[in-house]
Amino acid sequence: MPQSLTNIYTFYRDGFKAMTVGRILWRIIFIKLVVMFAVLKLFFFPNFLNTNFQTDIQRADYVLDQMNRPVVLN
Amino acid sequence: MVDIDLDLVNWSRAQFALTAMYHWIFVPLTLGLSFLLAMFESIYVRTGDEKWKALTKFWMTLFGINFAIGVATGIILEFQFGTNWSNYSWMVGDIFGAPLAIEGIFAFFLEATFFAVMFFGWNRVSKRFHLFSTWMVAVGSNLSALWILVANAWMQNPVGMAFNPETARFEMENFWAVLFSPIAMSKFTHATSSGFLLASLFVITISSWYLLKGRHIEMAKRSIVVASVFGLLSSLYVGFTGDEAAFESAQKQPMKLAAFEGLYKGEQGAGLVAAGIINSAKKPGDDQSPFLFEVKLPGLLSLLANRESGSFVPGIDDLLYGNSEQKVMGVVDKMKLGQLAVADLAAFKQARQDKNDQAAGEALAGFTANKEFLGYGYLHTPEEAVPPVSTVFYSFHIMVILGMFFPVLFLAYLIYTLNGRIAAARWLLPVGVSSYFLGLVAQQMGWIVAEVGRQPWAIQGLLPVKIATTNLAVGHVQATFFMFLGLFTLLLIAEIKIMVKQIAIGPEGI
Repeated sequence: MPQSLTNIYTFYRDGFKAMTVGRILWRIIFIKLVVMFAVLKLFFFPNFLNTNFQTDIQRADYVLDQMNRPVVLN
Repeated sequence: MVDIDLDLVNWSRAQFALTAMYHWIFVPLTLGLSFLLAMFESIYVRTGDEKWKALTKFWMTLFGINFAIGVATGIILEFQFGTNWSNYSWMVGDIFGAPLAIEGIFAFFLEATFFAVMFFGWNRVSKRFHLFSTWMVAVGSNLSALWILVANAWMQNPVGMAFNPETARFEMENFWAVLFSPIAMSKFTHATSSGFLLASLFVITISSWYLLKGRHIEMAKRSIVVASVFGLLSSLYVGFTGDEAAFESAQKQPMKLAAFEGLYKGEQGAGLVAAGIINSAKKPGDDQSPFLFEVKLPGLLSLLANRESGSFVPGIDDLLYGNSEQKVMGVVDKMKLGQLAVADLAAFKQARQDKNDQAAGEALAGFTANKEFLGYGYLHTPEEAVPPVSTVFYSFHIMVILGMFFPVLFLAYLIYTLNGRIAAARWLLPVGVSSYFLGLVAQQMGWIVAEVGRQPWAIQGLLPVKIATTNLAVGHVQATFFMFLGLFTLLLIAEIKIMVKQIAIGPEGI
């Protein structure tokens, strides 16, 4: 491995090792990302058009239909 | 085809508002505190005084906590675009794709390089390179915010694009028109400078608390000097950019301006309401007074809106029902043209399906003639075009009152600190302690003015929110709303606990 890459690796490794508050913060970031991507995105926030339609033509068709739907006033 | 449920629209909006407001607790502090860090460190590098280094490292820790809790909360907004706002998302993909991709790439490289040097590089890289990295974090964070604000500004003033009725997409025609639209510029400068102001208040709040407790006095005083100068300049600039934002609203979104001033009947030489209580029974078109009580400054609203104190400012009634004398086209007339555009859009789609080129061409010509009024074709009544007046009015006035208070506060802090009397100013310090929270209120009020004030539009004049939503079960949106509420509450508690603990520990050595 070239020296410069080794230096960069060592820089990051030592930086992470020396963290104090940063350890807790990284834990929070990690948990947050897992909740967001592995739970929320996967189970609750699918991309509606990508999930329900195969092609861009179908998606455009659907959206154009939506632009002509009536509105229910509650 | 399924009808639109307005409950669904409102829950989708509430969920988006909750996420955006939560996200905006962290963003402005990151934008402003990054510059304060760069200033603190510049003084350290220039003087070689280790106390400035310890001070910089202390505020950097708090910056890191705020950044870590806030990071990626904005991505949730993108989840919501794809799920709750899929029609809108499809239509604007071409416009937003470029700015948001640039933001993502920019943020990644910034965070992977300069953030790492800023946090890990003390004593490992040269002082000057470390300082350069800190400045790059500040500049980069603020430039990163540019792109999302450009995207938001485009929704308020859709320029540089054309709607393609075949693909149902707004397509970019002029990237520079999108980037340099006057609303984008005023939004960027106003949002970032208000972030500088908020960060200065953050430093004042914590430093004041130390002074009240008699701890870390020297660090607190040094921090206050820098924060009060930066805060004073920023707050004056916020006033200037706010004035510009209001002027742009008057030109591009006159209904928003009329709503945040509670102006129903247009006037020449219109006065600015300094304070007032809205008459909640007032409806557009009736003869009731809009206010139960008001204090007006004569001519100032005209000056704000048109740069001429005697000029005409249209009110809500003028904008709804038209005012031929002042050449104001009303929503009533725009709705008729919008309905033609919607009908031609449907006819165009049908003709394309029938492979009838002549009919498609005629429908397209009709649509093109009226496409600038497309969104009005979806309104059922003209009054639908009026945002919630009292919400917008009170938000605007709370923001403005706080915005006038902050420069006075910064000036008082600067004078007392330079006189060496700040630690003894027991009447001032509690005000300083509360100032960050007042700053947060002003920030949120500003976004309420911007976003509630442009209702019912997702894209000004072209797409109302009710057409922008996805046809989902309302229960789904309600469930995810409460999930976010729980998640955000937990994250906020975590931030407050970690932040309070670090503040209690304080800086090392001063």
